[in-house]
Amino acid sequence: MSDNQPFNLLTPGHNGCAGCCDSLAAKYVLMAVGPDCIVVNPTGCLEVMTTPFPRSAWNVPWIHSLFENGGAVAAGIEAALKSLGRRGNTKVIGIGGDGSTMDIGIGALSGAFERNHDILYVCIDNEAYMNTGVQRSSGTPLYASTSTSPAGSVSYGNNTNKKDMPAIMVAHGSPYVATTSIGYANDMIKKVKKAADVVGSTYIHTHAPCPTGWGFDSSKTIEIAKLAVDCCLWPLYEIENGEVTAVRKVKNPKPVEEYLKAQSRFKHLFKMEGGDKEIEKIQQYADKNIAKYGLDK
Amino acid sequence: MAVNPNDKHKMTVVEGSYATAHAAKVSRPHVISAYPITPQTHIVEDLSQFMADGEIPGCEYINVESEFSAISALIGAAATGARTYSATTSQGLFLMHEALLNASGMRLPIVMTVVNRAAGAPINIWNDQQDSIAQRDTGWIQLYAEDTQEAADMVLQAFKIAEDKNVLLPIMVCMDGFVLSHVYEPVVLLDRKEADEYLPPFKPDVYLDPKNPLSFGTLGDPSVYTEFRYKQEQAMRNALPLIEKAADDFKKVTGRYYGGLVEGYELDDADVVIVSFGSILGTIKDVIDEYRASGEKIGVLKVRAFRPFPTEAIANALKNAKAVVVIEKDISIGRNEGALFTEIKAGLYNTPMRTPMVGYMVGHGGRDIRPMHIKKIIEATKKVAETGKIEIESQFNDVKEELL
Ligand SMILES: Cc1ncc(C[n+]2csc(CCOP(=O)(O)OP(=O)(O)O)c2C)c(N)n1
Ligand code: SF4
Ligand SMILES: [Mg+2]
Repeated sequence: MSDNQPFNLLTPGHNGCAGCCDSLAAKYVLMAVGPDCIVVNPTGCLEVMTTPFPRSAWNVPWIHSLFENGGAVAAGIEAALKSLGRRGNTKVIGIGGDGSTMDIGIGALSGAFERNHDILYVCIDNEAYMNTGVQRSSGTPLYASTSTSPAGSVSYGNNTNKKDMPAIMVAHGSPYVATTSIGYANDMIKKVKKAADVVGSTYIHTHAPCPTGWGFDSSKTIEIAKLAVDCCLWPLYEIENGEVTAVRKVKNPKPVEEYLKAQSRFKHLFKMEGGDKEIEKIQQYADKNIAKYGLDK
Repeated sequence: MAVNPNDKHKMTVVEGSYATAHAAKVSRPHVISAYPITPQTHIVEDLSQFMADGEIPGCEYINVESEFSAISALIGAAATGARTYSATTSQGLFLMHEALLNASGMRLPIVMTVVNRAAGAPINIWNDQQDSIAQRDTGWIQLYAEDTQEAADMVLQAFKIAEDKNVLLPIMVCMDGFVLSHVYEPVVLLDRKEADEYLPPFKPDVYLDPKNPLSFGTLGDPSVYTEFRYKQEQAMRNALPLIEKAADDFKKVTGRYYGGLVEGYELDDADVVIVSFGSILGTIKDVIDEYRASGEKIGVLKVRAFRPFPTEAIANALKNAKAVVVIEKDISIGRNEGALFTEIKAGLYNTPMRTPMVGYMVGHGGRDIRPMHIKKIIEATKKVAETGKIEIESQFNDVKEELL
């Protein structure tokens, strides 16, 4: 390790795209937790771009095993540290994409949370399988065009809403679940710190706009992330022991259109006949969030 | 001779699964993770009871939600520097497949008992060896036990081989389902003192540790990938003498010995040599005793290590045979023969040896193999030895025409 500066725990010079959401998110996580951790990173952009052998951008111990076993690998590490008497304050952290977390790896993650291993799991939700070329996942929002849910003459794109993954983790009895956004770094770092300090399986779901997959300029990652929060498509909240304990208020929610029109994955909605009606459905989704979490109160 | 006659007073009658669980216990594992599946269940139940009774101090037992997570948890644990153990079979082993290659590629010395069982469909819980054979190219060392004592003792030998710095590969200890896992036989349960004397603590050079932050399981592009495979193969080569040494060292501590890579029985002057692995060897040896009593030179070669494949040891053991017959409980469908038969032939092709060889596929899905079946096979192979001619190279032993 070059030094103990939290900023250098994930070094620059990796192969991520300019403006990459995944590297930002991972950096925030390490800034919050510090060097005393072990990272489990399932297959995905973050893993591929940071570890082309013999190089590695990680200055914390790091392991990638498979796409769908992050929860189980993390559980095994935690158990090993206990058995070897090396636990100390070392935190085991899973950092996975929406695909490895919400889809293919949900079984292993569910098992780890049900058994309540002392691990922190962070989902970097860039709303599709970016590493393999922007295919849809259960985190892809309504009407986003992806390579496996493309818009076409008879399709507005992905025809389902996002899976409510944080609710699933709350249902496991997790003592701490929070949503974060890479657009609000301080909020994210604060929540990750809090999650890491709780003993037991805790979960952070971070919204992470991907310039390459979503179609916006690489200088606008933070801007787009903030927009998602500001139009209430991505509510920021904390749930402790099943109770919502904090919600980030949005004084004057922006219309979702503002967010949608900034990204090419939604551009068909502004061109296709009937697109405006469909945008209305996305607005309704945001309105539901406003009502559910009292975002504007 | 498996058990030292002086040890008779130490013997107790226990189930094969219990003997294996006991062996896992005295190996002092740090982390055990497994998922129940017939006929492996008794092993994990016995281990769970040991945990409940505080008999594996410091061990963490992870009750996972699938075999896939069992092996994945052990990948994490082994990479952290822990000694790890699991047990599974058939469908559970297949569910692990992707992670098996991963564990071997990351050079993690996990030891796992595979209680051999047939593969579905049709679903079948009984014994054959299709399951472990189907995993032969995953980069795991594969050892096959003949009886319950060997299956148990092999667990300790496996840790010793796997954790050797020149090996660092995971190992499957294969024991036949029901035939060994559920049979009650007198065995010697290894005491902790002997186990500790035989098996030193696991002290890996590299592991996940914040004090020395290393990256495990990175991306290997075409410019570096080949060397990972090459080194895995080298580790397999390194394991060949170490499998023999592990057996010899075990004998020094316990007096028990089952062979190294291979082991002959009535072999040296045999005209007809049977080659096989697993529990069927017991039946085969009984039949050979009968033949020997009437002066017929029949012998058997037991194969203990299937990966790494002991080509040289096998070639050497078969050099005096007039005909060889391989009997095994698996099939490479589309090749119409068992894997052991294929590999022995392949291993001998570029040697001067031209001994005729035939193969029999027997006991699929737990179908009984009786002495009369073995005798039939020996009689047919005697003809091959006499004439030097092969009529059918490989065949099923016991197909019921009326069911076809
Ligand atoms: C079992 C398996 N299936 C499919 C893949 C191919 N694959 C690798 S990464 C990936 C998508 C990753 O998506 P996500 O988890 O969202 O991470 P991202 O790359 O978007 O950050 C896929 C489909 C794989 N590696 N393993
Ligand atoms: S595709 Fe997206 S997540 Fe992947 S490296 Fe590029 S910006 Fe990062
Ligand atoms: Mg993704």
